[in-house]
Amino acid sequence: MSSTTGQDGNGASGPSGAQPGARLGGPARGQIPHTVDDAPFQPAEETPMTPEQERLYRASQWRMMWWKLKRHRLAVASGVLLLLLYASTLVSEAIAPYDLHSRFTDHIYAPPQSLHLFHEGEFVGPFVYGYDYKLNMENLKREYTPDRTDVQPLRFFCSGDSYRFWGLVEADFHLVCPAKGGTLFLLGTDRLGRDMLSRIVYGARISLTIGLVGIAISFLLGITIGGAAGYYGGWVDVGAQRAIEIIRAFPEIPLWLALSAALPVTWSPLWVYFGITVILGLLDWPGLARAVRAKLLSLREEDFATAAQLLGARPPRIIFRHLLPSFASHLIASVTLSIPTMILGETALSFLGLGLRPPITSWGVLLSEAQNINVVALYPWLMLPVVPVIVVVLAFNFLGDGLRDAADPYG
Amino acid sequence: MFTYTVRRLITMVPTLIAISVIIFVIIQLPPGDYLSTYVAELAAQGEGVNNERIAYLREKYGLDEPLWRQYLMWAGGLLRGDLGYSFEYQLPVSELIGDRLLLTFVISIVTILFTYAVAFPIGIYTAVRQYSIGDYTLSFIGFLGLATPNFLLALLLLYAANIWFGTSIGGLMDPQYVGQPWSWGKVGSVLAHLWVPVVVIGTSGTAAMIRRLRANLLDELQKQYVVTGRAKGLSPGRLLLKYPLRLAINPFIADIGNLLPQVVSGAAIISVVLDLPTTGQMLIGALKSQDMYLAGSFLMFLALLTVVGMLLSDLALAALDPRIRLEGKAAR
Repeated sequence: MSSTTGQDGNGASGPSGAQPGARLGGPARGQIPHTVDDAPFQPAEETPMTPEQERLYRASQWRMMWWKLKRHRLAVASGVLLLLLYASTLVSEAIAPYDLHSRFTDHIYAPPQSLHLFHEGEFVGPFVYGYDYKLNMENLKREYTPDRTDVQPLRFFCSGDSYRFWGLVEADFHLVCPAKGGTLFLLGTDRLGRDMLSRIVYGARISLTIGLVGIAISFLLGITIGGAAGYYGGWVDVGAQRAIEIIRAFPEIPLWLALSAALPVTWSPLWVYFGITVILGLLDWPGLARAVRAKLLSLREEDFATAAQLLGARPPRIIFRHLLPSFASHLIASVTLSIPTMILGETALSFLGLGLRPPITSWGVLLSEAQNINVVALYPWLMLPVVPVIVVVLAFNFLGDGLRDAADPYG
Repeated sequence: MFTYTVRRLITMVPTLIAISVIIFVIIQLPPGDYLSTYVAELAAQGEGVNNERIAYLREKYGLDEPLWRQYLMWAGGLLRGDLGYSFEYQLPVSELIGDRLLLTFVISIVTILFTYAVAFPIGIYTAVRQYSIGDYTLSFIGFLGLATPNFLLALLLLYAANIWFGTSIGGLMDPQYVGQPWSWGKVGSVLAHLWVPVVVIGTSGTAAMIRRLRANLLDELQKQYVVTGRAKGLSPGRLLLKYPLRLAINPFIADIGNLLPQVVSGAAIISVVLDLPTTGQMLIGALKSQDMYLAGSFLMFLALLTVVGMLLSDLALAALDPRIRLEGKAAR
């Protein structure tokens, strides 16, 4: 504050202390020796921090975010579930009991087989009953009833349908297989007699990744355009704002329809997949760009941005190294919340027959089989791919909510 | 307010022009045009091609002209109210889509009203009774509505109606009214069928709106003026409606702009599943067969609907909240 004297004034300050009245007018002349305390400066000395506090004060922003997220049970559970689902796409071949394209012409539109543990009061482990098949000659409907005498115990860690793992390695290992000569259609079969469960497991590979690829494109566009608009302002900002406005004015799905109808029919399914992700990503960035822009508008006025500028950093470096990291957590939360939109978008497009096409199998492609109400009324299990769609979308929503709350560690 | 309205109207013009260019480019993206596909198809079936007619159509619609001239012809036609000619149906587009656009419009408006009617009380309830059982239940239902794809909800409703009532609820009116001129009986029939698509399209928007209103209201309820009001003895209902709600409702109005594109999109998909005489089927068909005027005019109208909706929501906001008008001025 004023002239520096150590709190623990020694004898030297004694004489001046004897005449306090004189000190009020001004500094005493030459009577106080200038002293500096050698002890290290420690403002926290009065109230030393507990280890608990110390941990909190030393924690990085990400660590605090993690602590906060951990308290949000639903978000953590959703995150774990999503991790498991994504991990499953790495080994879809082994998890699915059948190959993606195995057809069982004897079991077309077979209803789900339920899993049993006890046969006539006796424990036999997990098994299914075989089918009794009868063609109803009146309405030509295939009628399946469980055959209570035909016990088919499941096999685990077994060899079944052979497949090429990731299209590279020949293998035939499965987590679970039907009994020899038996069937295992836990979720029924479709119109070609293909196992729904296996198809759903394989479909996850496409449906789950399409959101990630799409969001990567949208993220890149969003932070680049939004960043430039927010940082430079002026005509860049005006241009970006107009573009955002125009894209937001389009009804999403008709535009998706138009764009995917424009994908050449001659493209291979893999190219169509990339085409669809690009379309989904191209139309998603405006929301993100707006958020980035708004945030940058205020951040670029901060002292640390000016400091970086004065030190000669170029705009891209300032934007990406200095400004963006200060709200990266918010960005991640908002990205998590927009992945489900992409998954739903793909589902809708494929359902309408304008998205992915067989042989590529996604949940939307599977659902397009259930387009006809008569099919749904007769074979309701064809609608089962909805369940993973809803579960994944909910999980992303919960996780995103948790992340958004956690992104504000002081809140 | 007047200058704001005028300025807002003027900024709409470049937006619409840009949209029309984008639409035109998109519908021109696939190689070839409808007539070449058509000729190839006829040839494949071994049928004769009326070359004169094809040549006449090519001439009339300038399909051999450079793209920018085709665009000018199309856009100029739109301005004069001429939506072009559908090659596939061999009818002027306006005759084909007039009724459908009207129904799309009706469905969109009713859906938005439905969304407000449902989201408003539920949003307030979940905010005032935060963390109650009702809050959790309603929030969970809202989340489900958000996560379920619209078209599946439609399918499920169809399925349920089929199983429990043995009725089919597809379509938008009783069969005897299809193709008939409008009458009171027809209007009644449409109203009776309208609730299914409205509920289906409305769910996701409703869920999003409930969550937003809840969050906004919760923010406001924690503020000190609420405490002051309570301390001064205002009744809870009056306290809620008079101050926090009025502040929390702002984004609610602004949402019309977000809601409309969503509703129009939803209507396009639902109409395929529910077999509604709105836009979906015909638009998809037109896009697939490159019937460019039909597809283009459809898309243009849908975009126009949303742009006008955003305009209305901006104007409503400006009327409610003077700060927004000032903000616009300061930016100039």
